[in-house]
Amino acid sequence: MLLLLTLLPFAAAAVVAPLWSRAHRFAAGISVLVPLGTAVALLSLAPAVWRGEPLLEPHAWAPSVGVSLSFHLDGLSLLFSLLISGIGALVLLYSQGYLHGSPNLGRFCATLLFFMGSMLGVVLANNLVALFVFWELTSFSSYLLIGFESSRLKARNAALQALLVTGIGGLALLAGAVLLALAAGSYEITEVLAAGGLRQHALYLPILLLILGAAFTKSAQFPFHFWLPSAMEAPAPVSAYLHSATMVKAGVYLLARLNPALGGGAEWPLLLGLFGGATMLIGVVVAFFKNDLKQILAYSTIGVLGTLVLMIGVGTPDAFKAMAAYLLAHALYKGSLFLMSGAVDHETGTRDIGELSGLRRAMPLTAAVALIAAVSMAGLPPTLGFIGKELLYESANHAPAYAWLVTAALAVNGAILFAVAAMAGYKPFAGPLRSPKPPHEAPWTLWTAPGVAAVLGLVLGLAPRAAESAIRSAASAVAGAPVSVELSLFHGFNLPLLLTAAGVIVGGLLYIYRSRIAGLAPRSAPVTAGGVYDRLLAALVGFAALQTRWLQSGYLRAYLKIIILTAVLLGGYALLTRNAAAAALSVSDARFHELIVGGLILAGTIATVRARSRMISVAAVGAVGVGVSLIFVLFGAPDLAMTQLTIEALTVVLLVFVFHHLPDFSLKSRRPVRVLDVALCATAGVFMGALVLAAGAERPWPSISSYFTDNSRDLAGGRNVVNVILTDFRGLDTFGEITVLAIAGIGVYALLRLNMDEIRRREGARTAPSEAAIPAATTAPDRETP
Amino acid sequence: MNSVILSAATVLLKPLLTFISLFVLLRGHNEPGGGFVGGLIAASAFVLQAIAHGVPPARRSLRVRPRLLIAGGLLTAAASGLISVAMGAPFMTGQTYALPVLGWKLSTALLFDIGVYLVVMGAVLHIIFTLVEDAP
Amino acid sequence: MTLVLALTIGLLYGAAMYMIIRRSIVKLVFGLVLLSHAANLLIFTVGGLTRDHPPLAPEQAALPHPPAVADPLPQALILTAIVISFGVLAFVLALVRRTVASAGTDDLDDLRTTEQ
Repeated sequence: MLLLLTLLPFAAAAVVAPLWSRAHRFAAGISVLVPLGTAVALLSLAPAVWRGEPLLEPHAWAPSVGVSLSFHLDGLSLLFSLLISGIGALVLLYSQGYLHGSPNLGRFCATLLFFMGSMLGVVLANNLVALFVFWELTSFSSYLLIGFESSRLKARNAALQALLVTGIGGLALLAGAVLLALAAGSYEITEVLAAGGLRQHALYLPILLLILGAAFTKSAQFPFHFWLPSAMEAPAPVSAYLHSATMVKAGVYLLARLNPALGGGAEWPLLLGLFGGATMLIGVVVAFFKNDLKQILAYSTIGVLGTLVLMIGVGTPDAFKAMAAYLLAHALYKGSLFLMSGAVDHETGTRDIGELSGLRRAMPLTAAVALIAAVSMAGLPPTLGFIGKELLYESANHAPAYAWLVTAALAVNGAILFAVAAMAGYKPFAGPLRSPKPPHEAPWTLWTAPGVAAVLGLVLGLAPRAAESAIRSAASAVAGAPVSVELSLFHGFNLPLLLTAAGVIVGGLLYIYRSRIAGLAPRSAPVTAGGVYDRLLAALVGFAALQTRWLQSGYLRAYLKIIILTAVLLGGYALLTRNAAAAALSVSDARFHELIVGGLILAGTIATVRARSRMISVAAVGAVGVGVSLIFVLFGAPDLAMTQLTIEALTVVLLVFVFHHLPDFSLKSRRPVRVLDVALCATAGVFMGALVLAAGAERPWPSISSYFTDNSRDLAGGRNVVNVILTDFRGLDTFGEITVLAIAGIGVYALLRLNMDEIRRREGARTAPSEAAIPAATTAPDRETP
Repeated sequence: MNSVILSAATVLLKPLLTFISLFVLLRGHNEPGGGFVGGLIAASAFVLQAIAHGVPPARRSLRVRPRLLIAGGLLTAAASGLISVAMGAPFMTGQTYALPVLGWKLSTALLFDIGVYLVVMGAVLHIIFTLVEDAP
Repeated sequence: MTLVLALTIGLLYGAAMYMIIRRSIVKLVFGLVLLSHAANLLIFTVGGLTRDHPPLAPEQAALPHPPAVADPLPQALILTAIVISFGVLAFVLALVRRTVASAGTDDLDDLRTTEQ
């Protein structure tokens, strides 16, 4: 069932894109109904999960390495997957109006569905490797969606930036997951959570840092937050869906999911509190100074993500409860506001709140939706946002450490967030009508979708009991133990209510005097995380260019020298440090005729190198071959000797025929180069010789040859063991080898025969360069004499 | 190359080499020899002819194109492995049949070696004929 | 005898590498031939040397333990390597021939780019 739910959006994505041009309405229907159906199916599973019976569903994938495609639906997964499918349905509905008439709408919907499947996979996977795979798929689909308007350079750059930042996080996740599985003894998340004792494990700190790296990059925590505002290049539905409601919360999900295993201790609250708190304040303050509607929403999203991380760091059941409630509230209001900003942009042609006011007159429905969402964002009753914020204050007040600091930070955040909410959801709609172009009410698809989300936030605020089960079971999953939750709109007159009232007053003042305060702010920060990213990227590209110039010179011999030098240095180091027992360093065991054969090879080799003409070299290399076959004769290898001799004859024929048409040897290198080359090659030769001696002296493992020798006659019915190995024991290898030979033969034919006409024509035009080259080379005054 | 001695020797040597190559192939399972050496020797017979009389006569006396030898050899080797599949054993399991005459034995290993022989002979001849004919 | 062969192999490798890093494309070909000889001899020698006794099983009697014959496994490896290096050599020669014919040079340094 869970596998089916995860795979269904992928299947829909594959169907929707090709169908779009032929059956547009049908495809559009699929792309809205698939997420809607998923949400309904999840809801039908919900009661059991809320009763405390999570669904576990294993599927074998690669059982030999402990990787399975197992799924797990508990309270946390359910909350996330309901958001993913529910908001997914709204966003896909909205997209039909937002990109109406665009030729790429089919591709857009298909990519959104692809993302939805990946994201469901992230939150439902119960295997660390599967989680990683789906995690990477969300980064990948985010890349495609940010760069959806691929003709714009800014969109492409933003897409690449997001991919690089979240991609590095993905690598950290892979490494962290492997270490985690190593420490816990299983890749199954449920087993990892049940393992216990991970905090005492030697690998705890590396695991913690890697997992935090993954979560912080994905969830745009300071200092990795810069990719999220850049990602606003994406169309509005993408910003609403990926970059506020779901994907950026994957990091929060990861932290919440692993909290029972990794949480507690000293490092976890400290790191999460520090980075979450910093991100929260930076996000909301920067949002306050922005004028672009989407930038305002993006930075306030960063702030909220920081708040959620901070809550996981606080680590009390109350904090998890607040985290779950606030997460749900935020997904509803922020998704709605992003969609609304798209509608405003769509109708007025701008997103600058300085140029917009009074839109309620032209777009009353959009304005109403925006206002409801903004009330939730500001944390005012009677919305879910208010309940979530009250829970934040409450849990901060009872935090186990630094309660006053956390409470103060949250209160400051709440006040500024009030002003930001007014900027986003009130400012463009109030006052006299002002707009670059005369606006009209948006089509129904553009206000229904945000409307449903915003109204849901309001309804859940009025009837909080409806959300109780979802939040309770999610918080229990984070805590790893049952948590009791009772939600109500009014908790009595207490500190949280006081803080809210103070926040409204301060936030209201901030909003009213915003233009004056904005004038006090520095124009630009001296150091920005985005600037650091740009410089790092430029340095990386520069380094790549530098090492390419060094290593990839285009000279074949330069590559070869690097390879030879590396082999000699590494191998030589190993030889020298192993104290290899020296083999018998004596020639006394050699017989006279063997020495003569050795001398023949030596002489032939030297002659091949020193010869002044290629034909002498051909003869000399032939002598080497004959010498080698004699070695084979003397040391019990008649098969090799026969083969080598025949091949030698054929090689000489081949060389004579081909070299006849090629330039002769010529001196090309300068003398110092040759001297250096001789030194390098002499070293390499000495190394290879030493390798032979060391290998001969050492036999760490028994040979498998005796099996072949023992069984050749009785098992394979042949007495020539070499032949039996080739045709029987290792017949498949031989089959591969004769295939290589066949390909070489066909390759020679293809090289020389195909396009021969073209070569002939070119040679005719150039007065046959191959013919002309031979006399030129043979009459060259300086032959190479090494 | 117009050498009377080479030309005359080729007439004698070619059939001899061809015969030797078959002999080496067939005895390969029990004595030194086999498909690789056999194929090389067979190829040398025709290369010798190509040197002495030119490539066209060598191609004519070979009767089939070298690339057909390559293809036939690969198919023979693959077929030898499939025989065991037909018998219900894994791919390339050796099978042996004793012939009722002279105590000879037929085996899939021999069939495989014949495939090797054909591929080696075909590939070498394909290469050398192509390179020699390509001479401008 | 291992010492003699070690010297031979060392010299073969050194010479092969020297020829391979020349600028002349023709010398590169000789380098490859020497290199395959060197590699074959290396495997052969490292596998252990046994004089005069090819790896042939006796007709009837059982084999002595350990078998007093040459190691058949390196031989099987080398046998195919010999034939394949011939195929590779032929391919390289065809490539060299085509390159020299179409680029008009035998200097590897002039062949740095794919454009002519």
